Amino acid sequence: MLKKRIIPCLDIKDGRTVKGINFVGLRDAGDPVALARMYSEIGADELVFLDITATHEKRKTLVALVKEVAQQVAIPFTVGGGVGSVEDAYYLLQSGADKVAINSAAVKNPSIIKELADKFGNQCVVLAVDAKLVDGTWKVFLNGGRVETDKELFSWVKQAEELGAGEILFTSMDHDGTKAGFAIEALKKMNELLTIPIIASGGAGSIAHFTEVFQQTDVSAALAASIFHFKEVDLPALKQALRAEQIQIRL
Amino acid sequence: MKKVAIIDYGAGNLHSVMYALERLGVDPIITDNKSVLSSADLVIFPGVGHAQAAMKALHAKELVDFIPTLKQPVLGICLGMQLMCRHTEEGDVDGLGIFDVDVLRFKGDFKVPHMGWNGLMEGRSILENIENDVYFVHSYYVPVVSETIAITDYNGTFSAALQKDNFYACQFHPEKSGVSGEQILKNFLKK
Repeated sequence: MLKKRIIPCLDIKDGRTVKGINFVGLRDAGDPVALARMYSEIGADELVFLDITATHEKRKTLVALVKEVAQQVAIPFTVGGGVGSVEDAYYLLQSGADKVAINSAAVKNPSIIKELADKFGNQCVVLAVDAKLVDGTWKVFLNGGRVETDKELFSWVKQAEELGAGEILFTSMDHDGTKAGFAIEALKKMNELLTIPIIASGGAGSIAHFTEVFQQTDVSAALAASIFHFKEVDLPALKQALRAEQIQIRL
Repeated sequence: MKKVAIIDYGAGNLHSVMYALERLGVDPIITDNKSVLSSADLVIFPGVGHAQAAMKALHAKELVDFIPTLKQPVLGICLGMQLMCRHTEEGDVDGLGIFDVDVLRFKGDFKVPHMGWNGLMEGRSILENIENDVYFVHSYYVPVVSETIAITDYNGTFSAALQKDNFYACQFHPEKSGVSGEQILKNFLKK
């Protein structure tokens, strides 16, 4: 049976891990490669790196980081954050990333999804989408929620699937950071609509939230960041608990 | 130390395979040179991408007739495995014909690609005693045939791996399959 995936997400700036990483026993908690290795060793099924660097040196540092992760970590990983062109994606994949996540660039120019899928294969293309409810409609936002677009979430992810996206990474901004659970209803609806895998993101605060998302929806994976970094949820304990609930999990 | 060559035809996971071998202390050569490939102790045939584009690249490098003549152990990975078959529905192209079976597209009311960790059943040869999950990403599959050396279930069974004489192939990515993947690569390196 195919297992549900648990995915820690690492935010990267200038080649370093940011946003409150507090791990006992890691010599350098800002070193994304050391963190990635640690997560791989304790049972993460996959990793996502989101680069929030805004400088011109971005590509160089990110490519160097991707290469180092690929050299040292034997599980798949996705890289996103400002992937703006086929060329950007090429450098990341060539350096050893398994998938690239695109967000704003796809909203601005949806045909980039098709270009990427045709060139690298659907399985390399993850559409990342941030959305929240506005007057009863799920609207797509950019730039970490600062910019509202005219896109409606469900029609956008369907269009992305048709253009060749291999996976959707959906973050509910209404749930992100709340630690009150995933956007179950929206995820359920999205799943019924799409035939490609969905990664649920935003809202995980406890083991029960992961149990809930896998029992109530058919998402393929669940992603979280700080709760893993701060060990509010212990990854091996989470996987054991999900397995005990008869959810298909790799141990 | 054994000389390991990775066939260079532009496959996307070439470097991931190289890094995985380096973690095992092997320093592989990446090449499309036939005499280098012929003289290697082991050959790896990687693959990520589209079958049609990949076959085109193999034709351009005149490797289509050459690869089936290799005498040393050869390991095809993912698309590499599918290209070693007779024909694939992806782009409706003929493969290398090493395995006498056709590659089909997953069809049905379930998620495609088959993406993530899944188990191996009835593993033998280089997959004997591999009990932990391995990592798959694919939309096309090889049915279970007499050359199948491990089976995986995803809304029906398919070949997770194949072997015929010196040709080995796996649908999953050993280079991305953590500890179990390392063991599988080690098993192959001992051939």
